[in-house]
Amino acid sequence: MTTPLPPPKKKDPVERTRQPTQPPGNRSREAQGLTAMAAVGRFALQTCAACGQVQYPPRQVCGQCLGDDLPWQDVDPNGVLLAETKLHHANDLFFRDRVPWRLGVVGMDAGPSVVAHLAEDCRQGDRVKLSLNLDRSGHAVMNARPEKPGPNQEDDMQLRELSMDPKDRRVLIVNGKTELGLALARAFQTAGAREIFVGHGEPWKASASLEAIRAMDGVTLFPLDVTDTDSVEELASVLGGKVEILVNNSYHLRPGGAVDRMDMNVSREEMDIHYFGLLRLAGTFGPAMRGRGADSAHGACAWVNVLSAYAQINNPAFGTYSASQAAARSLAQCLRAEMAAGGVRVLNAYTGPLDDEWHQMVPPPKLAPDMVAGRIISALQNGHEDLAIGAVAEEIAERLAENPKEIEREIKL
Amino acid sequence: MSEGGLLSQLMGGILGGGIRVVDLTMTLQPDVPTIVMPPEFGQSWPFRMEEISRYDHRGPFCYWNNLSCGEHTGTHFDAPIHWVSGKDLPENATDTIPVEKFLAHACVVDCSTQADKDPDFLLTQNAIEDWEANNGKIPPRSWLLMRTDWSLKRDPAAYMNMDADGAHTPGPHEDLIPWLIEERDVIGFGCEAVGTDAGQAGHFNVPYPCHYHMHGNNRFGLPALTNLDALPPQGAVLITPPLKIRQGSGSPARVLALVEGS
Repeated sequence: MTTPLPPPKKKDPVERTRQPTQPPGNRSREAQGLTAMAAVGRFALQTCAACGQVQYPPRQVCGQCLGDDLPWQDVDPNGVLLAETKLHHANDLFFRDRVPWRLGVVGMDAGPSVVAHLAEDCRQGDRVKLSLNLDRSGHAVMNARPEKPGPNQEDDMQLRELSMDPKDRRVLIVNGKTELGLALARAFQTAGAREIFVGHGEPWKASASLEAIRAMDGVTLFPLDVTDTDSVEELASVLGGKVEILVNNSYHLRPGGAVDRMDMNVSREEMDIHYFGLLRLAGTFGPAMRGRGADSAHGACAWVNVLSAYAQINNPAFGTYSASQAAARSLAQCLRAEMAAGGVRVLNAYTGPLDDEWHQMVPPPKLAPDMVAGRIISALQNGHEDLAIGAVAEEIAERLAENPKEIEREIKL
Repeated sequence: MSEGGLLSQLMGGILGGGIRVVDLTMTLQPDVPTIVMPPEFGQSWPFRMEEISRYDHRGPFCYWNNLSCGEHTGTHFDAPIHWVSGKDLPENATDTIPVEKFLAHACVVDCSTQADKDPDFLLTQNAIEDWEANNGKIPPRSWLLMRTDWSLKRDPAAYMNMDADGAHTPGPHEDLIPWLIEERDVIGFGCEAVGTDAGQAGHFNVPYPCHYHMHGNNRFGLPALTNLDALPPQGAVLITPPLKIRQGSGSPARVLALVEGS
């Protein structure tokens, strides 16, 4: 059984906050293939096209037949724990702060033997399930857990160092005036968040979602308008030292493109909310969160951006919206690099059309807010960083990987 | 300026007592609400401010800001070109209105008790005639200012007072405006709410009658005023120049009143 997670304690005011360090981050170009798989939550290894041998660690030519066509394929993640050990000393600063640390060798059913981080309740000879997760440096590592989940499995301290589990963490949801805002508040509460802060702007406009959030326990509302630098600065001065997961779900969709609907005001509003809004949040909440990346087992761990799948490929029916989302996506990549120094991970969740009034004219499939919120929680728990939610977003990701020109011509989804 | 001349008498009053200068202007800040249009329409930008420098690496000697907002933000001046009814009139924009029109006498009608009881309170011609019986006839070329104490509502949600069926804020009755123009030749209508028309005025026979008639007759609007309780019913002089924006439909204004007495 896994030791239950100790509840968060109030901070000792005379003790120095543990400074964030990073686990070793150097990887070969081939090994970054693992990062790509872990980022989207796949368990895939190179598999030789000629002889079928599954490869680990990643390499340029097949270890068996020297074939050089080694595509990444999903493989069976199960195996047997062949050996286990406990590290009591490390020269690496990240592990030095966290010893003892359990490691083991897993003989995979798929063939290779891999060195993996071990969950507390794995014993030599046990059947285990491997997963590929991004660690605090943003690189893929192998984790082994019991094949059948044990009690409190999510409380495992080693895994918690690697994941972004909302349990016992304080969450800021930027916009409580949408159905997604409400769904996120409910999902984080179910996931065991310690406190939930919810922002809301333009108080003269009523919102049923906000009223439903107001009625929830453990949720506090704060005025927040991402288009207003003062407002963002003010809230960061109140909450900056508390927020451990920030979810930027700012959303402003207006149909129209550049030629068919030339409207500078609408386009500027989209940029102001999606791009400058993220920039304002990053500049104010970012430094405080990055400084608290290693502040106990409950430190700051994640920044979630809810983005449109059209950030990756412009949908001309929502042309300027897509462009503003692309700008936000680019900035999110900058944020990811800057926050990495503190071990705070940036999760980009790409959604297809939501089932809301601004997608009234778009045919299904459309996403229910609860589903989007649920997928975000699960991506945090499992340490992913690029999440395609729903059929449209998944299809876009797939077709972009296959042939970007094809989807550019056919996007009228 | 010769001693004892008109302007030196005026300055004497302002500096030596006898004339008070009252600020009728709201402070421009990011939480000042702007008028709400249906979301598929164009929207007015709210007031926003970004610091250029504050005696720091961005400019060690100075503090200054970049601003953005719609023309109709905070306490502001509505020019006739703002409304479709006034679009073709001469001298109808902030840069072409003759500047002497930015100085005018004001009549202040206290509706604060009625507005307190009924947020949809409408000021009627009858009420103005009763007011004239006590305070004298409205002189030509005067502002008619509707005091409601609405500007005391500091909470933006209470100030806008919006419901599922629209805004509920006091304003002029639709019959009042043509009468004010034809019978009293007012220069414009001012009030404390976010616009010169009542919150529900979109549902009137002529939608937004204050905008439609006032601007259609080359008259002005002066919404979102404050401190109207500091003005006498008659006798104050208003200074209301908008920024000189080319073909401007309005502009935030620092509205001042000169009031006799200490």
